[in-house]
Amino acid sequence: MSYPAGLGIILATFLLAPVVGGLLTGLERKVIARLQGRVGPPLTQPFYDLVKLWHKRPQAANRIQIVYVYAHLFFMVTSLLAFLLGQDLLLILFIFSFATVALILGGLSVDSPYSRIGSQREIIQLVTYEPILVLLVIAYYQVTGSFMVSQARSLEQPLLFTLPLVLISFLPVFIIKVRKSPFDLATQLHEPHQELVKGIITEYSGPYLALIELASWYELVFLLALVSLFWATNWVGGLLLAAIFFFAVTVIDNITPRVTYSWMVKFVWKVGLGLAVVNVAWLYLWK
Amino acid sequence: MAWVSSARKRSPWLLHYETGGCNGCAIEFVAALTPLYDLERFGMLNTGNPKHADILVVTGCVNARSGRVLRNLYEQMSEPKVVVAVGVCACTGGIFHDGYNLAPGADKVVPVDLYLPNCAARPEAIIDALLTAADLLAETRRRDQHAHQRAPDQQG
Repeated sequence: MSYPAGLGIILATFLLAPVVGGLLTGLERKVIARLQGRVGPPLTQPFYDLVKLWHKRPQAANRIQIVYVYAHLFFMVTSLLAFLLGQDLLLILFIFSFATVALILGGLSVDSPYSRIGSQREIIQLVTYEPILVLLVIAYYQVTGSFMVSQARSLEQPLLFTLPLVLISFLPVFIIKVRKSPFDLATQLHEPHQELVKGIITEYSGPYLALIELASWYELVFLLALVSLFWATNWVGGLLLAAIFFFAVTVIDNITPRVTYSWMVKFVWKVGLGLAVVNVAWLYLWK
Repeated sequence: MAWVSSARKRSPWLLHYETGGCNGCAIEFVAALTPLYDLERFGMLNTGNPKHADILVVTGCVNARSGRVLRNLYEQMSEPKVVVAVGVCACTGGIFHDGYNLAPGADKVVPVDLYLPNCAARPEAIIDALLTAADLLAETRRRDQHAHQRAPDQQG
């Protein structure tokens, strides 16, 4: 990659990605409102929320919590940056997991039962989706012969044609990561489904909550970029695939109730992991 | 800064506490959150968490036990914050004002900024009160200075 192009990507990650993530979050809230037959907040609502939260008086339960919030944001931005620069997919997913681990540690560092139970549920979610991500990387290596993300752009046909089942198994992973129903066990960012108060983010307030919000925008952009990897040969195809995924997740969020964690583990491992294993086995045996 | 107060005005998150009583105002408040009245179009969310909230909505008559909880919730909210007393019980105690176990109004326990003395308050009136409370939140500078002066004795 040339030097100016790399610099452009770095700038886009820092400046453009939060704007895109914020607008997508606003769009999603608008779509949810329309599905429920109401007007809903303006498209720019997430930015108002962010500015307001950032200017509230900082209040933390302990100092280590603040470190973990910054670590969460840092790892999230780094994973998106490394992905857009076309780096090693395996490493990127490790960095991505570290972002979640930072949030879990922050949640566990407080004595609040809501925060603790939320963190424990987040751990279960991590255990649930991580094998699928690892299988995704294995399948990716099997098709492209490399772990580098940049390799996907030079393929003859999109990854979707060789890894259709892996993409389907990525759907529950996506839902878990963006904290949508039916797998919004640990916390929900904007929806007032009240159970466990706010779960893992209960004890964060003001500017620290704003940082978690910002990290969630980076996370959304990262996950959509990961989806578009399945059609990386053509940017229109990648964009279309990401858009379909985004609206599918929003609709699923509205038509499903929250499930228990044991149901989630059983379902995601049986169906999601099963599909991914079948796809990988098929690649090994018949390709 | 104008854009900060504008953001505060457009994104007030709510915390509702029903102190005990007939629950009429609480139900009307929840009705204001439903798709029919749709408070979210003003950016309002019912957070259910004092650490995330900007506006504390108090309904019902405050007694000795719920007053302690109310005080605790108020102290956990970070500045700037506004308290709205919805319904005549939360404002003055209403018909229960001389009850042996009741505080005549939520303002005996927490500083109340807005009073909405209806029995029971209609959702339209609650929306009006909350929008006025959002305007109060936007008056940042004066309230912020006030908050910093008051900060040390708030720790308890």
